[in-house]
Amino acid sequence: MDNKISMDNKISDDRRSFIKKVLNGTIGGSLLLVFSAGAEIFKSPEDIPAQIPSLKNKEYEITKAHFAFIVDITKCIGCGSCCVADKREYNVADGYYRTWVERYLKDYDDNVYVDSPKGGLEGYQSPREDIDVKVRDTFFVPKLCNMCKEPPCVQVCPIGATFQTPDGFVLVDHKRCVGCGYCIQACPYSVRFLNPVTKTAEKCSWCYHRVRKGLQPACVSVCPTGARKFGDLNDENSEVSKILKGPGVITVLKREMGTFPGLYYIGARREVI
Amino acid sequence: MDAIQHISPYLISNYVFPNDIHVHWSMMIVLYPYITGLVDGAFIVAALYYVFGVEKLKPVARFSLIFALAFLCCATLPLLLHLGRPERNLNMMITPSPHSAMAGFGYIYGISMGVLVLIILFIYRPFLVEQRLKSKGVMEILYRLLTFDSTNVSEKSLNMDKKIIKFLVAIGIPIACVLHGYVGFIFGGVKANPTWSTPLMPVIFLFSACVSGMSAIIFAYIITKTFTKQKIDMDCLKILVNTLAGFFILAFCFEMLEVFSHTYLRSGYHHMVEGLLNGPLRDSFWKYQVLYFSVVPLFLLGFICLLPIKQWLYKFTAFITSFLLLLQVLFMRWNVIIGGQLMSKSARGYTEFHPEWFDKEGIVAVIIVMAIPFIILFVLGRIFPFWEKDSVN
Repeated sequence: MDNKISMDNKISDDRRSFIKKVLNGTIGGSLLLVFSAGAEIFKSPEDIPAQIPSLKNKEYEITKAHFAFIVDITKCIGCGSCCVADKREYNVADGYYRTWVERYLKDYDDNVYVDSPKGGLEGYQSPREDIDVKVRDTFFVPKLCNMCKEPPCVQVCPIGATFQTPDGFVLVDHKRCVGCGYCIQACPYSVRFLNPVTKTAEKCSWCYHRVRKGLQPACVSVCPTGARKFGDLNDENSEVSKILKGPGVITVLKREMGTFPGLYYIGARREVI
Repeated sequence: MDAIQHISPYLISNYVFPNDIHVHWSMMIVLYPYITGLVDGAFIVAALYYVFGVEKLKPVARFSLIFALAFLCCATLPLLLHLGRPERNLNMMITPSPHSAMAGFGYIYGISMGVLVLIILFIYRPFLVEQRLKSKGVMEILYRLLTFDSTNVSEKSLNMDKKIIKFLVAIGIPIACVLHGYVGFIFGGVKANPTWSTPLMPVIFLFSACVSGMSAIIFAYIITKTFTKQKIDMDCLKILVNTLAGFFILAFCFEMLEVFSHTYLRSGYHHMVEGLLNGPLRDSFWKYQVLYFSVVPLFLLGFICLLPIKQWLYKFTAFITSFLLLLQVLFMRWNVIIGGQLMSKSARGYTEFHPEWFDKEGIVAVIIVMAIPFIILFVLGRIFPFWEKDSVN
């Protein structure tokens, strides 16, 4: 008897919630028709705007693009989403990193404490407890391939397996690489490693396969705060173009190496290496 | 962390870039310059006799050449073992990048090997002709090949041989210097590594190569002559030891100059490398490379070169010194190659390296790779007798 009553109540609850959902859906759907922005999702996949405006609905012209990557340190919250996206996109082996996030702490004596547990893959959920100092400043620094204009890794590769594309990407031909590791030694930014499965050199490619389709790199598309920006410098309306031509201090890492990186940092302190 | 803080005030958190935890160039890359160094040093000994006419070196001149060939045969072995994809190694010859220092290895190695083989064949030609006439079957075919199918040992022909030998050894000297200077340049050309990136690196490598090669010849000469109960030519040994002393003083001076000039300058380089030499490399650099295997041999060399001592003591001290110097060069290679990679490019910390026993580049593999040249040397010794008295000359 009790069971029957509870069953009736459940059916009644389900029915009520169903009606509620239908009503919500109807109202929501009507609003979508009113607000054009929301209606975008109903368009066919071909009409989805390209993530990189200059490439929207255009054939990719390799010689006409000049890409730049900007990392805004002031916006990075060290969530590690970029590292997770990267690991899933490329199935990066444990213990190796195409991109990682560093945590910097600075005390009142100007001492700098840096760490990057698991490359920041799990984010920085808790403060560092191993340091007993009063912290003056703290910030996160994402690292990835600098896509140098004068890449030491391309220079040293004995067989040309690491090469530079006309649109500024430094890529690795895995079918040709012999796995000598000279590029690993030559990279001043330590973004290279030997893939333990393919036994060839590997590095961040700024998601070249995505960019060719007009999509943003995986890490850029998942960054919740917009700390990672990517775009074509030849497109005057692109965000990266406006940032690099605009005011403010923008820097590159290890300038003294003479590699002329295509990766720029906003808000990088001098402590960042 | 306290230890690191004690080493350098610039290293607070001992932070190593995540990809720097792995030492990519390990034991095999230590062996690679070590073996090429032995080749070069041994070749220089032969060149002193064949080109510069140092007659007293005649007893070891031919042995030096065969020794150099045995080790040159194995110079590529460590590199192949090190490669992630060794089956693609010929890509270095098929699609070489003109910008890369390493791309020249195959060509420089090939030229060195060609010149060395030709030198040996011309030097041994009279002996090989004699063997050819004596032997039959497979051995005859072998000797036919080795003598270019010529049995002409007339005086005119031998005089021509001498000219050819002199020319080949003369071009062999720069090739030997290029081979090892180039190996040093492969490291010196890596600007991202502050311990490697110095124009002195090829020079240091070259002199240490001469030291290791000469030490190996002295060591092998004393040990084989003693075990086979043959007489050691004291004049030859003395000139070898004196030359070794000269090269070692130069090598050690350059090694120390590199460290001390930067220490005096106190540049960024110094602050980064100071922690390395006083931290992870404290024992292997200061204690072993500098103190036990450089300063001690330096005194021993001074002792036997400058003081009139008895023959048995001279031989014994020369034997010990050459052995210590072989270790010195091995430690130098280790400290440069492994040590250079222990320092992260973050310039904030050091990683660790513990060699494994059974790894592709492990200790057992090192022992096997180092044993192979001696096996080749033994086989070559059957075809090309080492010591002068065995020759028809």
